[in-house]
Amino acid sequence: MSFNYFLVFLSAALVNNFLMSRFLGICPFLGVSKKIETAFGMGVAVTFVIALASAVTHLVYHRILLPSVGWYAEIGGAKISLNVEYLYNIAFILIIAALVQFVEMFLKKSSPSLYRSLGIYLPLITTNCAVLGVTVINKETAGATLMFSVINGVGAAVGFTIVIVLFAGIRERLEYADIPKVFRGFPIALIAAGLMSIAFLGFQGLIQ
Amino acid sequence: MELIITMGIPALVIGSIGLLFGLLLGYAGKLFDVKEDPRVFAIREALPGANDGGCGFSGCDAFAAAVAEGKAKVTGCPVGGSAVAARISEIMGVAASGMKRKTAFVKCGGRTDVTAWRYEYNGLRDCAAMDTMPGGGPKDCLFGCLGGGNCERACQFGAISMRGGIAVVDRTKCTACGMCVAACPRALIELVDEDKTVRVACNSKDSGKRVMSVCKAGCIGCKMCQRACQYGAIVMDGTLARVDYEKCVKCGACAEKCRTGAILDINGGAR
Repeated sequence: MSFNYFLVFLSAALVNNFLMSRFLGICPFLGVSKKIETAFGMGVAVTFVIALASAVTHLVYHRILLPSVGWYAEIGGAKISLNVEYLYNIAFILIIAALVQFVEMFLKKSSPSLYRSLGIYLPLITTNCAVLGVTVINKETAGATLMFSVINGVGAAVGFTIVIVLFAGIRERLEYADIPKVFRGFPIALIAAGLMSIAFLGFQGLIQ
Repeated sequence: MELIITMGIPALVIGSIGLLFGLLLGYAGKLFDVKEDPRVFAIREALPGANDGGCGFSGCDAFAAAVAEGKAKVTGCPVGGSAVAARISEIMGVAASGMKRKTAFVKCGGRTDVTAWRYEYNGLRDCAAMDTMPGGGPKDCLFGCLGGGNCERACQFGAISMRGGIAVVDRTKCTACGMCVAACPRALIELVDEDKTVRVACNSKDSGKRVMSVCKAGCIGCKMCQRACQYGAIVMDGTLARVDYEKCVKCGACAEKCRTGAILDINGGAR
């Protein structure tokens, strides 16, 4: 099966946006969206990790976990295939956690300024369900190639960044808006998020 | 056998994936090793960890990093005082430049029984709000403590309480973090060396006549203290006496001469 990679990217970024239509990664979406600057930092960090995680989980899943790969153990003369596909969740989480650690180390060495600005968000990504979501969706897409996985992942991460930055922009303005007292803070943020999600539904017809 | 296989294989697979990533991470850790200043950690350990921001940095971690980089003084932590400063200077290998323990001091002695109040105030118990009341606040003295308790609320250590309508600092609890100094809308609180026990408890820049008419405990600018001081440690700031803490030897002569009792000699004769 071949994919139109541009459509894959567009689909992941806008049509099936992780935050607005799949509702994955809502925790950082609400937690780290008070300022545009930090929201963008979070977006960049997520993009980094999702791109790497998509590639590595794809390889691990298709080269190790799938039974069709043909790994087997010979125990007592009998061939026992590994048959461990069901372990993908644990394996993916393991991979994501390790990757986050790796990205953290790498950034600390290569770009201390970026490390400082991302600092606290990097460990948060370990538990960002959007990252796990991308890898699981990649795994479940029939005939997914490595290229598809990476592009789907980057698309999803770019969509995540776009939405979280837009939302941070809205929240920055909400700070100064005259809002009834009961709605101030989180309630109005949740309402804004809901309205944004409805707006993103408009992308649904984009790809036939 | 069946059990061993069903349990062993997944454990083996996940274990080896984990081991593989662990080894890679370990290798990457060596490859991307960043020399971190071990002193930052040591300084952070020595700090009290109150994270009150009294040093001017965003917390104890930021302060520790700044000290290690030489951007902050080893004596920069007001909460920890000289004990912490000594430990930090040991870590940094520099001499602590004789940090004196400081304490907050409220420059007002105008308790409700000695100061006149212009009108009954039943509004918000907030000094900033009281200060904006008609005529500059309900208290007749425009410079004195309003007793609204902003400093009391700002103090994280419970060192300030309202007694007799003015703020009083408990010196044993005060850590000189400076939160109250910033909280007072009339800028009445200052940080002074704890051992400088002779202090002027008045902040009124009004003329002596006006001070006399509104407060029995205010400085009226009579300069008796200045004449009594043999060390030239009393400076007149207009009509307000001020102690030059550099010169003061705490002899207490000024406090004895003060007619209104605006100069406090906290230790009294216990010198």
